[in-house]
Amino acid sequence: MKVSLSWIKEYIQVDLAPDEIASKLTMAGLEVDAVENLYAYLDGIVVARVMDVKKHPQADKLTCCTVDTGRDEPVQIVCGAPNVRQGMLSACALPGAVLPNDLKIKKSKLRGEVSEGMLCSAAELMLDADAAGIMDIVGDYKPGTPLGQALDISDTVFEIDLTPNRPDCLSVMGVAREIGAFTRPGQKITKPDVTFPPQRISTQSIHDHARVEIKDPDLCPRYSAGLLFDVAVGPSPFWLCQRLESVGLTPINNVVDVTNFVMMETGQPLHAFDYDNLARGRIVVQKAGSSTSEFTTLDSKIHKLEPDMLMICDGHRPVALAGVMGGENSEISQGTTRVLIESACFNPVSIRRTAKRTGIATDASHRFERGVDPQGTVYAMQRAMTLIAEICDATIAKDIIDAYPLSAAPVRINLDTRALNVRLGTDFSTDEITDILASVEFGIQASNDGHMAVNVPSFRVDVVRPEDLSEEVARLWGYNQIQTTYPAVPAKGRPLNPVISARSAIRHIFTGLSFYEAINYNFISKDFCDHLLLSESDPRRNVVQIVNPLSDQMSVLRTSLIPGLLDNMRKNTSQQTDTLHLFEIGKRFFSTGEDTLPEESEIVAGLITGSRRHQTWYGKKQPLDFFDLKGVVEDLFDALGIAGAEYAAAGADTCPYFESGHGAQVTKDNTALGFLGKIAKPVLKHFGLKQDAYVFELDLAAVMGQMPRQIKALPLPRFPSISQDITLIVDHQVPVGDVFGQMKAIAGENELVEDMFLFDLFEGSPLAEGKKSLSFRIIYRSDVKTLTEKNIRKLHAGISSRLVEVFHADLPE
Amino acid sequence: MVSIRYLGRKGILTAFLRSISTLPEDQRPAAGKNANILKTKLEKAIAQARSFMAANSMNQNMGIDVTLPGRRRGYGSTHPVTRVLDEICGIFMRLGFDIVEGPEVETDYYNFEALNIPKYHPARDMQDTFYVSDNIVLRTHTSPSQPRTMEKTDPPVRIVSAGKVFRCDSDLTHTPMFHQIEGLMVDENISFGDLKGVLTTFVHQFFDEHTALRFRPSYFPFTEPSAEVDIRCVMCKGTGCRVCSKTGWLEVLGSGMVHPAVFENVGYDTGKYTGFAFGVGIERMAMLKYGIDDIRKYFENDMRFLGQF
Repeated sequence: MKVSLSWIKEYIQVDLAPDEIASKLTMAGLEVDAVENLYAYLDGIVVARVMDVKKHPQADKLTCCTVDTGRDEPVQIVCGAPNVRQGMLSACALPGAVLPNDLKIKKSKLRGEVSEGMLCSAAELMLDADAAGIMDIVGDYKPGTPLGQALDISDTVFEIDLTPNRPDCLSVMGVAREIGAFTRPGQKITKPDVTFPPQRISTQSIHDHARVEIKDPDLCPRYSAGLLFDVAVGPSPFWLCQRLESVGLTPINNVVDVTNFVMMETGQPLHAFDYDNLARGRIVVQKAGSSTSEFTTLDSKIHKLEPDMLMICDGHRPVALAGVMGGENSEISQGTTRVLIESACFNPVSIRRTAKRTGIATDASHRFERGVDPQGTVYAMQRAMTLIAEICDATIAKDIIDAYPLSAAPVRINLDTRALNVRLGTDFSTDEITDILASVEFGIQASNDGHMAVNVPSFRVDVVRPEDLSEEVARLWGYNQIQTTYPAVPAKGRPLNPVISARSAIRHIFTGLSFYEAINYNFISKDFCDHLLLSESDPRRNVVQIVNPLSDQMSVLRTSLIPGLLDNMRKNTSQQTDTLHLFEIGKRFFSTGEDTLPEESEIVAGLITGSRRHQTWYGKKQPLDFFDLKGVVEDLFDALGIAGAEYAAAGADTCPYFESGHGAQVTKDNTALGFLGKIAKPVLKHFGLKQDAYVFELDLAAVMGQMPRQIKALPLPRFPSISQDITLIVDHQVPVGDVFGQMKAIAGENELVEDMFLFDLFEGSPLAEGKKSLSFRIIYRSDVKTLTEKNIRKLHAGISSRLVEVFHADLPE
Repeated sequence: MVSIRYLGRKGILTAFLRSISTLPEDQRPAAGKNANILKTKLEKAIAQARSFMAANSMNQNMGIDVTLPGRRRGYGSTHPVTRVLDEICGIFMRLGFDIVEGPEVETDYYNFEALNIPKYHPARDMQDTFYVSDNIVLRTHTSPSQPRTMEKTDPPVRIVSAGKVFRCDSDLTHTPMFHQIEGLMVDENISFGDLKGVLTTFVHQFFDEHTALRFRPSYFPFTEPSAEVDIRCVMCKGTGCRVCSKTGWLEVLGSGMVHPAVFENVGYDTGKYTGFAFGVGIERMAMLKYGIDDIRKYFENDMRFLGQF
């Protein structure tokens, strides 16, 4: 919403500087986004005296003038104006100035003669309509005086970012009213007189020509209409164009311009119909129904109508999309002579639905959606008719039509000042509240023991409850004048949500493992399922789709965090960062049906790629592999206190995006925790990747389910341990995990076995083909004595022979 | 060398000690005693020489080059958004707020209706919404945590709720996803003055205690009165710069007293309870805290960016 200071001054006296007005408006809730000097372009335009006029030697219509522009030496300016004469004062644009039509003034030669500036007409400077000749300035001004200063031309435009609750301020009068509240308390705006001049009133009554019928009073509580005869349609006078242009509107013709002017002035949208195009002079306000399916608005666009859209119809057909835009069939044209002015009040929801469905947003619909003053229709209409009568030399039909089937009851609020003071933390007296509210035209009816009856002015459609009045009082008093206090609250709280602490713990663990946290969008490309090679029946294809996505690349909610991380990898490798450790904790979403909330589950995911170690002075570069990834998962579990997770080869059906034989599922006690593996080549290709990537995805809730509720500290061992080794030669296919499983089973039976690990793995000569040798070290310890080799010889041999038996293993020679 | 020559297995002194048994019996004790004294002295001298040599060899640069780079294990970092979220949650936890969480995909009811934003209300234009269906949306703010919490809890209520939110908007200053923290405090006699107190404490803890702030009237359908909170521009200290659009102030929080319609929707007694709510945009706070100039950097996950935190 733009509003100029000079326009505001039509309704209220204000002496504050523009910046001060802007900051006060902002602090009263009308946020001023920009303060612009409307005549900024007059910089570089000065008063100048024409000292001498000579004919241009090369051109009949041009003159060469010697001009005093206030500098030490006069300059020569070539001029084409017929009214230039020696001794006159005029306006001179100096080199460097830019005129409103974007003409940049510079020193130049015109048909061989030097010209150091331009003598301007009032029209060229947008100061007046006069384009016949250069400005002829009367008065005693020193050459060189800035023109704006000499003629006292200045205006400021405020651009206000208005919140949707204040439709009353979608008007110059509304903003003036707010300014009145803080400049001179008690100062009310002065509204222009709208009494029709008697000589302009026709003997014919509107009732002889037009009839208004409202079929849906719920959607149109009020419809006022007035009629004008002998209207001369043409361009608007300069002052009207200037007003409209100052607030960003484009002049069209005098009738339409007046309706727009009055809308900007009062906030009441108006529409002007060519009366002669209204069949049978009738206005019928009704829903479109099913008889008409299309309508052409005055911007020549064709819209599909829906039966419940509110239309303005004449005796035969629709002539306007009510409150949104008029129709091409009844718009004002050059030939129009009789004009019917509409000034109505429509249901905000109905207007908004129509505007949304037709995709039209106009200044009118913007105001109707937010709510116009139901008591303001007649004044606005009369104001427009007075102006049209004057500007278009028209006659006003006697009488007006004011159909008002659903009269709006005045809003009265019972205000408990004690509750208001509790809410604000203030101690305003009844008198103080009365003064504040009265400054913006609230009427205080009675006040008695802290209760008051407040009459809300009809233009304040946003104020309906006592709490709304508390805001009025607070904003007009000033939020920053209200004392800052601190709530007294019981020192009582709930335990921290375990998910929050688990997430935080996991983040810290990954940080320690040299991982960086990524955050990706929840929405990803709808092609991601195909790119991950998911089968048609994969549950991860059960995605939630966004109806209005920004693009296809962001059109479905993710069911996996892998695509996001692979995208991150592509961006990073394209920036020469080829080693990455990324993790992300975030949700994935599974659809549960059209109109139900999706299932949200939280995933801990990670990606590694590149080198385990860069080339350094102490070692060569080593590429990462699967076991670097697995080590990360193992470290994570270890740090979270989760022991005994098991890893099994993941099938292609569950993780088709892993390279065959390079993916694993991790479980604990038969609960699935997640997957880890190496991304398959075709998937890399889909994501535009050239180097191997390893990823894991763990289900946060499942992982949390395995975290110990509490840590139990054990006593430290009192006796030393001893260790014994076993080396087995087994078939290549035997998984080491199975061998560990057997060893652990035995360990479970014997309390002397404390720990075990694989310390060597060997394949190749001298072993037979298809064989591998595995070397384990078993740590034995007793909590009652120091063990000797003799104590465990039998146990160790038993383990060894059991492994040999189960795995058909050989012992080395 | 000296050690081996005299004290080694075949050393001169060792040999002599062995040969004592061959001496006449009367000479043995003296010879043994002297030999042992000699051995002790010798050992001591050798030890001294050794440590002297060790110390000396360092001076002669025969040790390690301590200027070589160390063998690093590497260290990662959390995302700047996480860091700021954690910090803000921490501040409110110290003030006694509990942390709650809610779904990122929401019903139209909790995202709008329960918050006094009916269908076709112009305030819906304030937030461009991603729709999943007519009744399901990607939440446009963390405010649904207000009705969700109040439906389950009687006053007093003190919560903050953090997470991702979504708006159908993408340009230089907007990403279609960002993060918010919502706060809510409800009890008897909670006032606008209290709102000012709690948010002033927050701003002072997050930035610094000299940060000036102002409360400016605004509009949110679910608060009345509503207030925007501006802080003195942290970049120019109020003289006016590009970041604050020359105003000297930066908008950092939306807030207000909970609208009675919201209380009515969750069955709270509007005559008895009052409360305030607020929302903070995390990316903006992180931009101010770390001087990040482009909001889109947050979700590109470029290591050159992440590595700075």
